[in-house]
Amino acid sequence: MNSVIKGASYVLAHTPQMVVYNGTTQTTERIVNPESEYLKELESHLRSYEDCVNYWPNQVYIGNATPEDLVKVEFPYYDKVKEGADRYGKYGEIMPEEEFILLVQACDQFEVVLLDKDFVAAHKEAFAADPIITEDIVARVVEGVELAAIEAAVKEEHAEGLYVAGKLVGCVKRAHDIDVNLSAHVMHENLMSKASSVLALLYGVKNAGISKDDVEYVIDCAEEACGDMNQRGGGNFAKAAAEIADLKNATGSDARGFCAGPSHALIEAAALVKSGAYKCVAVTAGGCTAKLGMNGKDHVKKGLPILEDCLAGFCVILSENDGENPEINLDILGRHTVGTGSAPQNVIGSLVADPLEKVGMKITDIDKYSPEMQNPDITKPAGAGDVPMANYKMIAALAVKKGEIDRKEIAGFAEKHGLTGWAPTQGHIPSGVPYIGFAREDILAGNIKKAMIVGKGSLFLGRMTNLFDGVSFVIQANTKAEAEAAAGVSEEEVKGLIAKAMKDFAASLIAE
Amino acid sequence: MDLENQKRVKDFAEEYGAENLVVVLGAAEGEAAGLAAETVTLGDPTFAGPLTGVQLGLAVYHVCEPEVKGEFDEAVYDEQVGMMEMVLDVDDIVSEMEAIREQV
Repeated sequence: MNSVIKGASYVLAHTPQMVVYNGTTQTTERIVNPESEYLKELESHLRSYEDCVNYWPNQVYIGNATPEDLVKVEFPYYDKVKEGADRYGKYGEIMPEEEFILLVQACDQFEVVLLDKDFVAAHKEAFAADPIITEDIVARVVEGVELAAIEAAVKEEHAEGLYVAGKLVGCVKRAHDIDVNLSAHVMHENLMSKASSVLALLYGVKNAGISKDDVEYVIDCAEEACGDMNQRGGGNFAKAAAEIADLKNATGSDARGFCAGPSHALIEAAALVKSGAYKCVAVTAGGCTAKLGMNGKDHVKKGLPILEDCLAGFCVILSENDGENPEINLDILGRHTVGTGSAPQNVIGSLVADPLEKVGMKITDIDKYSPEMQNPDITKPAGAGDVPMANYKMIAALAVKKGEIDRKEIAGFAEKHGLTGWAPTQGHIPSGVPYIGFAREDILAGNIKKAMIVGKGSLFLGRMTNLFDGVSFVIQANTKAEAEAAAGVSEEEVKGLIAKAMKDFAASLIAE
Repeated sequence: MDLENQKRVKDFAEEYGAENLVVVLGAAEGEAAGLAAETVTLGDPTFAGPLTGVQLGLAVYHVCEPEVKGEFDEAVYDEQVGMMEMVLDVDDIVSEMEAIREQV
């Protein structure tokens, strides 16, 4: 029987200082053009925590508003305020940078994170007051050190500084003197990913209404790699995060596939549960510091705030079929294969039309498509257009080519079968998965019957292949009752056949 | 334009000569196409990559522009580009591309 989506979480950590010090657009600019106007102007374009919380797309991401609400908001979004915005939402929260830094320290097992003791003292209480942060996580936060020790580590040992409001409050040290895979830069990047994944896992388990002990397997599908010089991507973020989230009965592993990673991981998780290998699997991912402020130059040039100022995370909990929750239907899987080719119609054909055709369905039979759900507020000013809309137009154009809809209906298709993007541009984060929480609720409420999640990945960025990649799957209303009813009929039939055989046998005995 | 791609374009121009190269773009937006076209003609407008301050002046077209479309076998074009041509704002792309070419 198909696995079900027990719950989902979506979390953000507002990290404006990491935009400045760790986003690759900024670190590259500092190397190639250190005196640039952009670097001078950058800090005045950073948003306050309140502005980040009040931002419509962020409120949709954590579940305080729906994609349907967002459609009604006049574009652009950056200059609008979501009334009644809150730090906490039904899917997760938006954690301030100070508290997130404490969570990062709690996730550090090798004493590479040093925090100023005054900073720790000032924010530990607020950190502990977060309802999702457990006592054992708070207990992992150490007292801190003198600021002078941190300054020395940054100046003399290439440690990556941790800043709040422009002030040094801590650092991430290198974990090895010569191994670049354990450099301060890599340790910083990996610890941020781990910490945001921990936060997503904590909310994932809570939202699914299960016990932490129920989770048997965790798959991390972010885009970072942890390891040392002998195994650069050895892993394993999944188990490392599960340890801090106190998932005692879980092991796990990392699945990678650029932005398509989450969709690959969810199909693998659904297969693991359906096969009976594990009863409950968590698919999780933390955020990516490198992508912070990725389109910052365009945003600053056009007078916008830096909108890519959050690390994002998500978690989806899959479990055995409970007869209620929506299922992942493993009979309808789209995949871009080695032989598919890279032309857009081949890509969309392999991911959308082909798997549906195989089971006798049409493109219009899917109520909602969730492809790359990037927030257009971020991508449009950077010249990349409205990414979800471009995907919907391509799916609609394919439906036209297949004769399912008329060319005039392309715009209407997007409205009916599409969603407005709200996810931060953190690579794997916007890729199909942001809608899973809403899709689960929309299906449970009977608003829709089927949603397709489409994940796509640009493998050529790794310079190992020029190929593109992608996989897709369909989420549908629970069919356990129907399946059992169908099984029940056949059981009745078997009983009937046996009864008839007995009767015939008895009749033959009497006849004798 | 990606810094690595800028480097490859620059290397090709040195190897084959700028007059022997045509850059064909497939960007989905006029603005993105215009930026890429500017990069390989007038130099990297973001001042970040190897083409910063390098005016290669290469011939550059978007795959949906009539000059390029006419070069293709019709069936191949329809199979490879037909669907995208249906959804792209071709007029906007053409006007962005022409504006850049006029500056060369």
